[in-house]
Amino acid sequence: MSLELQEVGVGPKGGPPLFAAITLRVEPGEVATLMGPSGIGKSTLLDAIGGHLAHGFVVAGAVRLNGRDVLALPAEARRIGVLFQDAMLFPHLSVGDNLAFGLAPSVRGAARRVAVEAALDQAGLAGFAARDPATLSGGQRARAALMRALLAEPEALLLDEPFSRLDAELRAEIRAFVFDHLRQRGIPALMVTHDASDADAAGGVVVQL
Amino acid sequence: MTEGRALRAVVALALMGGVVLPILAGFAQTARAAFGVLPAIGAVDWSFEPWRQLMDLPGFGTSLRLSLATGLGSTVLALGLAAGFCALLHGRMGHGAMGRLLMPFLAAPHAALAIGLAFLLAPSGWIARMVSPVLTGWDRPPDLATVNDGWGVALMVGLLIKEVPFLLLVMGSALGQLPVRAHLAAGRALGYARGVVWVKVILPQVYPLIRLPIFIVLAFSLSVVDMAIILGPSNPPTLAVAIVRWFSAPDVGLILPASAAALLQAGVVAAAVGGWILGERVACHVGRWWLRRGGRGHGAEPGLWAASAVVAGLMGLGALALVALLVWSFSWRWSFPQALPQSWSMKLWMTPGSGWGRALQATVVIGVAATVASLVLAVAWLEGEDRARRGRAGWAQALIYLPLLVPQIGFLYGLNVLFLTIGISGGMLAVIWAQMLFVFPYVMIALSDPWRALDPQHLRAAAALGAGPWRRLWAVKLPMLVRPLMVAAAIGFAVSVAQYLPTLFMGAGRIATLTTEAVTLASGSDRRVVGVYAVLQAGLPFLAYGAALLVPAIVYRNRRGLLGGAV
Repeated sequence: MSLELQEVGVGPKGGPPLFAAITLRVEPGEVATLMGPSGIGKSTLLDAIGGHLAHGFVVAGAVRLNGRDVLALPAEARRIGVLFQDAMLFPHLSVGDNLAFGLAPSVRGAARRVAVEAALDQAGLAGFAARDPATLSGGQRARAALMRALLAEPEALLLDEPFSRLDAELRAEIRAFVFDHLRQRGIPALMVTHDASDADAAGGVVVQL
Repeated sequence: MTEGRALRAVVALALMGGVVLPILAGFAQTARAAFGVLPAIGAVDWSFEPWRQLMDLPGFGTSLRLSLATGLGSTVLALGLAAGFCALLHGRMGHGAMGRLLMPFLAAPHAALAIGLAFLLAPSGWIARMVSPVLTGWDRPPDLATVNDGWGVALMVGLLIKEVPFLLLVMGSALGQLPVRAHLAAGRALGYARGVVWVKVILPQVYPLIRLPIFIVLAFSLSVVDMAIILGPSNPPTLAVAIVRWFSAPDVGLILPASAAALLQAGVVAAAVGGWILGERVACHVGRWWLRRGGRGHGAEPGLWAASAVVAGLMGLGALALVALLVWSFSWRWSFPQALPQSWSMKLWMTPGSGWGRALQATVVIGVAATVASLVLAVAWLEGEDRARRGRAGWAQALIYLPLLVPQIGFLYGLNVLFLTIGISGGMLAVIWAQMLFVFPYVMIALSDPWRALDPQHLRAAAALGAGPWRRLWAVKLPMLVRPLMVAAAIGFAVSVAQYLPTLFMGAGRIATLTTEAVTLASGSDRRVVGVYAVLQAGLPFLAYGAALLVPAIVYRNRRGLLGGAV
């Protein structure tokens, strides 16, 4: 599994692109890093890859995931997960239901509950299934969000400054937790960050926008 | 602090004495009559006789069934359609554009819209004229019940044209408080189609925020009178219309069973709201089970398109209905299959003495008085909250909404009986006060959010410069809030212009407004005359909204910081 960007540029419709076109190849289990000043369009690039571009923006070039071109597909068909700055757990669902939301529909009946329990266990959240996500700490929320994303079995993961809201100590811990899971499963990931320590920990290619 | 408390106490007393007590007294009066006691007509013995009489009244069962079907049906449909429309267009349509699109439908009174719709849909209506005789072969109006149909379909269409835009408005402002874009992205990144994310993620979060407006819509559609007279089934009519007929029948013996029916109407609304809450529980359980299965369901999009197409169709129909009013009011000779009048005339518009002049005057006087009084009360309430540095208690919020949730017919007639006995019925003041019951809640709803959104730093700055609480109110708050104040006033005025039952009952038939005249004339009168009344009735709220936009724009033409933002 690999994520390839070929001459990818993003900009407002009819306007100039936000940055020079990017070509990049992220191997399975590798975490590549995008860095650059605020407002240059790092998050917009992630939006373009994931299929979440705001109305009025266009993307040029090609994005290939395991050889298939994804830019023509709607976001939900791309199999590209996203971890956001906020964990974005849905506030109307329990923690367990948030994870179940990510789980593929092919897993049925009791197997669903087992899969959710197992994922919670891996995240150190055993017994948290019925909890309101609003009662979790920042670190717990971040781990639950990763588990939810992984249960959807993504072929690539985008990380949009997912550690920036965490304090330094927690940051290292959660970062290691996320990167370990990605390596284990061989998922290519692309991370946007302002923090050089994130890039060091990722150990992959670093692209300056 | 103490001053704030005093202000709050005054407002609370005014509302208790002016809103809650009268509603309770009206209900008590209705309930007494429902169980046989109404000394005014010589009935003094407690009994269940009125209920037995009610059961025996012709068409009672059908009326009840019609009310439930049209009321619940239109509310469920309106919610579904509005949700589908929002799901498809939220984020693709600017907030301002949406506001401009909805404005005409929110501003047009129910009665005017209903009359226009009847002009449009009737067998001899505009649509039939446009397609005849080319498509239909009709050279005379066909014998079809396209309005006043026995199923209440025309009534439901009319209700939908008013309710869908209202729900879209409240959904729009609820969506503004949620991170919609981010949740959409999160859901889609997990493999869910856009439409499915709306249904599974966004709607469950929006719903609690719009629950109260939904109850208002439900209560309103179950007990609407003016629109049901014009568009609804005529024999038997919906329950609310039947009750009005029984109350105003020459036979005073019908007043007792009518009172029983009015109490039943209140019970119907309460039961429907209760049933709705049960339905929410069930939907919550089913929804959770459905969510947990994790289906990605790529097939929701066609449903959203269908809902949006229906909404667009309803809006088109509503817009055409308003145009139909205008065309008919200026027409002179217009025989059946012609698509447009053969000759036009200003004659009816040039003769206010024929009746519409006085009705217009009464409507404006009542509207301005009810609006100004409601606005003063609302400002006093909000300022009282500010000075006491306290938010709104739950009971206070309920108090504001109370008149919108209880059916008007349940207490207005009883209240009028009470007013008759103390001799204050039938006057302008009684009508103005009765309308305020419904104007004040809307003014309050419109003003509360902008009032709280005012940056407190400005007020701290004013206080630091030595301005006391009254000067802060007069010199800082109110001038900065001119725009929302004007919008709230326009909404209040529009609500007042649209009132039918309060004017009818509390005016004791002696006070004629554009609305009461239009509804009375709507059945069977000259369409050109009805058209004039309905155009005026619909025109007043539009003028009010226009003024609400214009006044701040003129006053603050050199103050860019106060001009931004949508209505």
